Amino acid sequence: MTVLAVIPPSEHVHWWFATGVLLLGLCLLARAVVGPEVWDRRPWRRYLWPGLTFALGMLMFPVMVLFTSSTLHMLAHGVWAQVMLLAGAASLGVAAGKLKHPAWNLAVPFALFVSGLSFLIHEQNPWLYSRSSFGHHMAGVVLLIGGLFPLALAWRPRWTPAAVGYALVFVVIAIVLFADRDVAPIFGHLDPDAGAPHR
Amino acid sequence: MSTGVATEARTRARRSARAVVVLAMGPVTILAGVVWALLQPWRVTLLDPHGQGFWWLFSEPPLYVIGVGLAFHFLIAPGVIRDLEETER
Repeated sequence: MTVLAVIPPSEHVHWWFATGVLLLGLCLLARAVVGPEVWDRRPWRRYLWPGLTFALGMLMFPVMVLFTSSTLHMLAHGVWAQVMLLAGAASLGVAAGKLKHPAWNLAVPFALFVSGLSFLIHEQNPWLYSRSSFGHHMAGVVLLIGGLFPLALAWRPRWTPAAVGYALVFVVIAIVLFADRDVAPIFGHLDPDAGAPHR
Repeated sequence: MSTGVATEARTRARRSARAVVVLAMGPVTILAGVVWALLQPWRVTLLDPHGQGFWWLFSEPPLYVIGVGLAFHFLIAPGVIRDLEETER
């Protein structure tokens, strides 16, 4: 019981990640608006969004250990943690000029595709089972489709529509995470097996 | 107006629009958080803290959104605008 009191409800963890993801989205959106030349003029700003991605990947490991209820759930969170670390580390290396091969720019779309697949695979309930299920499906689809934006940026780094689309993917994911509840209806639907809804 | 002057004026207007967008991002985010708090005041448990546990008092999602907007507007946007204007000059 002590452990239960120490560990926050999982919806709170979603909100904390949503906060980080929202900040990441705003940084990427500002970078898309002013262009990489302006954004990258200050070294700390150059490392801001890759560093934030890396930090979110690190924070995903305790989530994997403390908040997963099945093997599939744990594997999905472990995969997220690893691909977020990969995307953050590769982007940090590119920002520092230490990684020069253009293929390193594919780490971000790879991370988004893998994250999207993980969302869809580990959510075993249908879309309208509960709000959490809907959120997982929604996030999976958004990440799979949204992964096309950084893929386009890997070939055309200064293509503004793709950069804006890439940033908005994170804003949408933040909204989905903020909307997450442990047990709550979605569009008036809540499967009786999901349990009793709370606020 | 000569073509060169018109082109320069158009370019300056577009660059100004970029600055306006970056300057608006923080306040829009803050506004979103405020609207959320007004629509769902029970999400801000600090308004009625009686009987709430630690995590419910710590987790205030509309305030998090407002915090992100404030952080972006005061910590990140000013430097971006300064660099943008220097580049435009």
